[in-house]
Amino acid sequence: MSILRVDNLTKTYASAGHELTVLQAVSFELQPADTFAIVGPSGSGKTTLLGLCAGLDRATSGSVWLNGIQLDNLSEDQRAAVRNQHVGFIFQNFQLLPTLTALENVLVPLELRGQRGAAKTALALLDRVGLADRAQHYPAQLSGGEQQRVSLARAFANRPALLFADEPTGNLDPDTSERVVSLLFDLNREAGTTLVLVTHDLDLAARTQRTLRLRGGAVLADYANIAHAQPNA
Amino acid sequence: MHSPPPAARPAVSWLFRMAWRDSRRSRARLLLFMASIVLGIAALVGINSFGDNLARSINDQARELLGADLVLSANQPFARTLEPRLRGLGVARVQEVAFASLVEFRPGRGVRLAQVRARSGGFFYGDWETEPRSAAQQFGRAGTAPGALVDDVLLTQFGAKVGDSVQVGRIILPITGRVLKTPGQSGFASAVAPTVFIPQALVVGTGLVQRGSRVQYRRSYQFAPGTDVDAVVKTLQVQLDQADIDADTVAGRQKQVGRSFADLTRYLSLVAFVALLLGCVGVASAVNLYVREKLAAVAVLRCLGASGRQALLIYLIQTAGLGLVGAVLGAALGAAVQSVLPRVLGDFLPVAITMSVSWPAVLMGLATGLLMAVLFALLPLLSIRRVSPLRVLRVAFEDDTSAPDPIRGVVLGVIGLFILGFAYNQTHSWKLTLGFGAGLLVAFAALAGMGRLLMWLVRRFFPAGWGYVWRQGLANLYRPQNQTLTLVTSVGLGTFLLATLFLTQALLLGRVQLASQGSQANLVLFDIQSEQLAGVKSLLTSQQLPVLLQVPIVTMRLTAINGRSTTALKKDTTTGIPPWVLSREYRVTYRDSLNASEKLLQGTAPTRGPDGTPLISVESGYLERAKLKLGDTLDFNVQGAPLRTIVGGTRELDRSRVEPSFLVVFPAGVLEQAPQFHVLLTRTSTTAALATVQQNLVQQFPNVSAIDLGLILSTVEDILGKISFVVRFMAGFSILTGLLVLSSSVVISRYQRVRESVLLRTLGASRQQILRITLVEYGLLGLLASLAGIGLAVLAAWALAIWVFEVGFGPAVLPLLGLAALVTALTAGIGLFNSRDVLRRSPLEVLRAEG
Repeated sequence: MSILRVDNLTKTYASAGHELTVLQAVSFELQPADTFAIVGPSGSGKTTLLGLCAGLDRATSGSVWLNGIQLDNLSEDQRAAVRNQHVGFIFQNFQLLPTLTALENVLVPLELRGQRGAAKTALALLDRVGLADRAQHYPAQLSGGEQQRVSLARAFANRPALLFADEPTGNLDPDTSERVVSLLFDLNREAGTTLVLVTHDLDLAARTQRTLRLRGGAVLADYANIAHAQPNA
Repeated sequence: MHSPPPAARPAVSWLFRMAWRDSRRSRARLLLFMASIVLGIAALVGINSFGDNLARSINDQARELLGADLVLSANQPFARTLEPRLRGLGVARVQEVAFASLVEFRPGRGVRLAQVRARSGGFFYGDWETEPRSAAQQFGRAGTAPGALVDDVLLTQFGAKVGDSVQVGRIILPITGRVLKTPGQSGFASAVAPTVFIPQALVVGTGLVQRGSRVQYRRSYQFAPGTDVDAVVKTLQVQLDQADIDADTVAGRQKQVGRSFADLTRYLSLVAFVALLLGCVGVASAVNLYVREKLAAVAVLRCLGASGRQALLIYLIQTAGLGLVGAVLGAALGAAVQSVLPRVLGDFLPVAITMSVSWPAVLMGLATGLLMAVLFALLPLLSIRRVSPLRVLRVAFEDDTSAPDPIRGVVLGVIGLFILGFAYNQTHSWKLTLGFGAGLLVAFAALAGMGRLLMWLVRRFFPAGWGYVWRQGLANLYRPQNQTLTLVTSVGLGTFLLATLFLTQALLLGRVQLASQGSQANLVLFDIQSEQLAGVKSLLTSQQLPVLLQVPIVTMRLTAINGRSTTALKKDTTTGIPPWVLSREYRVTYRDSLNASEKLLQGTAPTRGPDGTPLISVESGYLERAKLKLGDTLDFNVQGAPLRTIVGGTRELDRSRVEPSFLVVFPAGVLEQAPQFHVLLTRTSTTAALATVQQNLVQQFPNVSAIDLGLILSTVEDILGKISFVVRFMAGFSILTGLLVLSSSVVISRYQRVRESVLLRTLGASRQQILRITLVEYGLLGLLASLAGIGLAVLAAWALAIWVFEVGFGPAVLPLLGLAALVTALTAGIGLFNSRDVLRRSPLEVLRAEG
């Protein structure tokens, strides 16, 4: 069974009295542990597609199946439950809750599920990303790279089937980016998670198994990345 | 295909943990928002706790209020036939004859109208406090030289002291004591009608009790402990009713006094409730801005799988928790406020109050305050449910929270119902409840309307050519996240309360002052017997004082309406005729025309019908209340002689004129031979002339009394001053709440504006420029809020003047402008004070501090 199936997905917005199509008839399918990049210039519909795949938004037409669950007819709260059970996120601007410590940020998805021993799991994850000693620090007290590593720990906390990463290195310098990307792929491999990466960094995209290239909301190309074929093999 | 997983169900404790964690950086700020409700709750708890203490004190001291176990009173001497029954009542009794009379103090020779109470002894219960203490103990005791005990107010006014003498009617008595406190008489009552106590045995000697004099005859009884006095009265009730004697028992007095003070505290708690509402508006506005700050965090939570309900609960717990802190602070402050209230209300209170914290009042204040704060906070918090997780991806996401929300309507409905429920609980009258609700709605709507109008006007007629500082300051009034509506409403409402109070007080005083000005009478002489009339007139003439009006007065009682006896009408509860119409003593005059202060509404002026039956003229309001119509017959008993009359016409009275007004006017030629007395009106131009007239009256016509309108005016001023102090004290909570709302609004807008100010400063704006922008913005807000509040108050006072007091209305402009200037300065001052941080520190420092 595919972990993510996108079928003929279209998204339009009403804008200034006429309809604006930002995504047009996009289809693809991913298997467990696949790594997948969505690339394209600004305004090509990358982030819109990610939002639809993760159940953050509803498509105008077409369908999304996530881990066998069709998202199209679910209420916002039902989609929230799907996200909590099956999905992890990494964002360009980290999106840590500023009033929570690093540890508390990692705890949120676990506590939401009512998981026992959450603190132990969260601490282990912080340790895995090299930030065990910064567990009680607030985001404002951490560097950008450290914040993104906390974000990584949070994303893997609920052992998601799918990880969505939106420009994960967009706000980082090259050295920090490299460290974060390595960590991302390592954790992904260890957890056997399917990774969907949105980026306009073609080098980063090339580290995934497959790339979907968008332009003007439509699929321009969908190809396997030769250089890194079978990265999990 | 799989079905979706069940919604994430975190432990309830997680919601509390998240609420606590999320509030970390905002607790002080949130507490400031919640501080808006502190004063409202304090006022509510203070008033209700005080009310409970007062009710308890009245219950505890009911016997002291009456001074006896039973008091019988009547307007005429008790019928001899009743004496055998009355003689057997109780174990001890005291007789009293009370009437109003001019008294003269010697050697100062000051004259004033006072309440004379001629008693055969002291009071059975309660503190009759005199100086010296022995004066009260020896009063009326056999073998003691007769003397008068005089109210402290009177002695102070005339600089008289114990040992001086006072002339009451024809007798001169030494003043043997200064009365500091009389059972059942408040300081307020003493100010209105100060009392002179004389021994009852001397009342005949005063010569003051004559035909037509208004005299109250009272008998106070003490019963053996354990006697059921109400049961005793029940066995006598029929005979007492027949003899027109009122019976006042401890239980009755307790109920009556308790009820009137319960009403007072209830109305004051409505004023407190307005302060609470105002604070809640501040809370809603502050939480609204807080929620906007939190949208990003909510979106992250939603993204991570929290449901809309869970996200809402986190922030609801947060605001409710801080609301609880605010409510507890308010309740604690309220407990302190109640100890001040006896001092504020001191002159009105009939009993000494023992203060203790009333827990029901505290709990009620806590619950009311917390519930209101949570309901008002819920209005902006509801939008959290609808925050889209997509916000984490798009900074400029379309507004997912602005669509109409039906639950918001439900919350508004609950708030409305709660307000009406509270008002009904306080007033027990739907009419007043709806009036209160409508008044609040109109005031809030009018002020919010003014705020919106200002924003529209500034935007529509934006002065593009003005300098940068003005343009920036003006633009701040309508830009997103502006505080215009909140501040105009909260500060405006406070100003409205103050200005209304000032204008109403001025209206009432103006009405009385009007009466004492120009050529209107300022001295009213009454109780003049027919045989004294010529002598009193010549006394006035000898002092070159005009007789402005001479009115004969005849007393009578109503015996039947349209042939049905008043006894039968009293028993018939379906007639809707108030009891006082049937049982009162009527004081009527006779003439063939209406005077300048009367206007004919229907029928004719008083005249005699073809068969000689008097066609009387009745006052229009009386006609309505007594359920009469033209042509109805009224039978009167004129001091023993029956007389049938027909309602021939109705009149409207101009009550602002100083003239005796009458419910019933007879035609001339009917009552001339009936026992009667007269009222004369004159005008004295100087206080010396006034004093001379009063002294001559006391000497030559001791039973004639005089009302000095100047004294009435100063008494009214004094009373209004006392009342307005109480209302001002309560309104003060609203004003302070308005200022707190202002402070919290400024503080939260500081958080929003800090980046902009820093940007401006980074781009080269000087501190002076930022300061002036802030000054323009808050100065304009304060000016508009105060003008809106004053405008609304002028409208309200105008409506009162036209429809209630029926006088012309010309508000004093200068004090109102002064109030506007004060409120504007306060608003601008608080605005600047709370922005000082942004001005004082360097841009980088501020940016770092704000994170």
